[in-house]
Amino acid sequence: MRSITKAFAGVVADDKIDLIVEKGEVHGLLGENGAGKTVLMNILYGLYKPDDGKILIDDKEVEIDSPRKALELGIGMVHQHFMVVPSLTVVENIVLGREPKKNRILLDTNKALKDVKDFCDRYKLEVDLKAPMHLLPVGVQQRVEILKALYRGANILILDEPTSVLTPQEAQELFKAVQALKQQGKTVIFISHKLREVLAICDRITVLRRGKVVGTVRANETNMDELAVMMVGREVRFRFDKEQQSNQKVVLRVENVETMGDRGLPALKNIGFDVRSGEILGIAGVEGNGQTELVEALAGLRKVTAGRILLSDIDITKISPRKRIQMGVSIVPEDRQKRGLILDFSVMENLMLGSHDSPPLAKSSVIINMEEASSYARRLIEEFSIKTPDKDTLAEHLSGGTQQRVVLAREFSRNPKLITASQPTRGLDVGATEYVRGKLVEMRNHGCAVLLISADLDEIWALSDRIAVIYEGRIVAVKDPEKTNESELGLLMAGGESD
Amino acid sequence: MANLTEPERKTSLVRRLLRGFLGELKASVPKIVPQIIAILLAFAVGAITLWLTGYSPLEVYGAMLTGAFGDAFGIGQTLTQATPIIFTALAFLFANKCGLFNIGAEGQLLIGAFTAALVGISFSGLPFFIHIPLALAAGALGGAAWGFIPAVLKAQRGAHEVITTMMLSYVALYLTSYLVNYPFKAPGWVAQTVSIAPSAELPRILQPTQLSASIFIAVSLAFLTQYTLCRTTIGYEVRAIGFNPSAAESGGISIKKGIILALTISGAIAGLGGAGEVLGVQRRFVEGFSPGYGWDGLAVALVGGLNPFGILLASVLFGALRSGGMTMNRVMHVPLDIVSILQALVILFVAAPMLIRYLLKRGGIKWWNS
Repeated sequence: MRSITKAFAGVVADDKIDLIVEKGEVHGLLGENGAGKTVLMNILYGLYKPDDGKILIDDKEVEIDSPRKALELGIGMVHQHFMVVPSLTVVENIVLGREPKKNRILLDTNKALKDVKDFCDRYKLEVDLKAPMHLLPVGVQQRVEILKALYRGANILILDEPTSVLTPQEAQELFKAVQALKQQGKTVIFISHKLREVLAICDRITVLRRGKVVGTVRANETNMDELAVMMVGREVRFRFDKEQQSNQKVVLRVENVETMGDRGLPALKNIGFDVRSGEILGIAGVEGNGQTELVEALAGLRKVTAGRILLSDIDITKISPRKRIQMGVSIVPEDRQKRGLILDFSVMENLMLGSHDSPPLAKSSVIINMEEASSYARRLIEEFSIKTPDKDTLAEHLSGGTQQRVVLAREFSRNPKLITASQPTRGLDVGATEYVRGKLVEMRNHGCAVLLISADLDEIWALSDRIAVIYEGRIVAVKDPEKTNESELGLLMAGGESD
Repeated sequence: MANLTEPERKTSLVRRLLRGFLGELKASVPKIVPQIIAILLAFAVGAITLWLTGYSPLEVYGAMLTGAFGDAFGIGQTLTQATPIIFTALAFLFANKCGLFNIGAEGQLLIGAFTAALVGISFSGLPFFIHIPLALAAGALGGAAWGFIPAVLKAQRGAHEVITTMMLSYVALYLTSYLVNYPFKAPGWVAQTVSIAPSAELPRILQPTQLSASIFIAVSLAFLTQYTLCRTTIGYEVRAIGFNPSAAESGGISIKKGIILALTISGAIAGLGGAGEVLGVQRRFVEGFSPGYGWDGLAVALVGGLNPFGILLASVLFGALRSGGMTMNRVMHVPLDIVSILQALVILFVAAPMLIRYLLKRGGIKWWNS
């Protein structure tokens, strides 16, 4: 791709970008959110028309004005959001649009099955072909998307942030599939903002920043720090200074707590642990092992069927969510758009949530003190560098990283004793992730008890003073980060025994 | 700020309120434009309908316009018709801000009207400044009770308020009908109660029309509703639940409490509207006095863009359709059904797209599962 330029309403998304991808390589396209990666690839896939520049495939200039044209040229794309028909089976989804036909009308199911089976074998992508799409886990659905692109004859495969929806295990599977594709001579363009994974699977990496190419490097000649500097434009901290804490008291004690999940099955089974002031307890685990229910139980949003939750030795098991907030429990929910923010509320109204009915924000608990609320909002916007036009902007108009800053600002400014942060950096770019992690450590250093729940082992690793592993609603082990390693944790997370 | 003297601070407060109100108006102008276009479109289609049925649209509309706004009498009639709709529209709005669809304003209005009439009849010799507030409070209380029942059913058992409020509307209709036909029937052929005591009568303000002081209550209530929604913790919580119950819950807001509060207040507003009709217009409870004010309220709330000030404007439009329609009927012998058609067209053009957008947005979020 030569000198590609694309602007939206005057904002330049891609500015004279040159990208050279060699045949048969896995090429990483690295950049923060909004760096122009996806736009560039959408141009290659014919979804957008470039304002300037040209595209050459095998040294021949081509004009790609539609995805159909892109497919004809052998370019396939797997989007962040899958484009599948949930009610059809896997095989039906794969052949959709290119169905083998019997007597020109009827779908030749057997031939379709056989064709697709061949493909699966060749690329070592295993899928139950007859399963209906909507019953499959996300990782498998993604595999189907890849198969679909291959079935349509793609030689160049664009994967747009493929791991953002996957669990670590599913990501590993994907990496294997990418390697297999490469061995079959396919070219893969891998879009990501995660340094570790591009380093692990790409041959060469092109880094974009604010719509411009910063450079292209070979994966085996670079490292995380160098890539991070290229991507963010400054040095990024991966390690945080933790002050030694003395006189730590137990802030949160969870004793033999049990709860039910949404489907009425036990989600937490006799779970117990402590979090002390000035420490970060990391809870590692594959998602769906009771983490969501644990946070809801701590917040008072889910009924505890057995056991007790103690906050500084006070039993809060039956206390209302509002009371818990006032007692110093702060929650950074895993889904900030669903649980964390009210998207139709302004930044100010979101910052008030939870403190809106007590002084100084409310007079006599009924009338809101608008002046106090405004100055409170302005102070937090300043303190947490919330990038918003003003305090009255609706939360839905903010970027993901900025939204998370609003949540942090609200939760951390209430002088909390306990912070429960659940997947706090999910979907955030490197700069925002660094900020959130730094803030969590800062709160710890101020003597807060921090419970960090994350599916990202790197995150657990970088921040935790102790690591607890959750599996099927139980804490199966508590480890000192100095005395454990990734493979041991991985084994524990998968339900295995450690020695 | 700190070194201002007390009067200066007061003027600045007034000025700020004024500025806030003007800003509100200014901000709502672009929101109103599509509504106005839709209303014009509705009248255009109405004109075609009239033309097809053999009337001159120009003459009919002219008669309606002069009927509704041509003289003091017309304006009085228009505002008389608009008054109860302001109440029921505000009632719909308040519950709606909590994500609730209260379509039972008709029933809440009827119950409120009856309880107000009861208080109006039962006491005599009270001074008006006690009797009127007492009767109004009784109306609000009756309406509130009729909102409280579906509220509790929803909060405790998850019963959908669309079903329960609608059903309770019919209960209210037949209950008041029974009461006014048997135990409380005044002597005579008409199903009505005896007149309320003069001390409970809301003054008529534009004789000989029936326009009463109830309209002042309605307009103040619009301002009060706006204030409650934007400046109080109750309004804040109600809106938080309406927008995102999960996040509201996480923020320590009790959804059950919010739902009960919102629907009860909603019922109280509608009940107050019923009280206003009895004390100001009918001066007694007459069976069938409401030609469907509750249902009009729903439409007016949507036409008014779910905003208290928009509701004031839209109520006048609907009031004008009713009062102008009567003139049209008298002068041109056009059947009153034409008014219903015009109303339906306005609703279709303005409210239907809003309603569909609203339902689509809500449909995506399944939140009540406890």
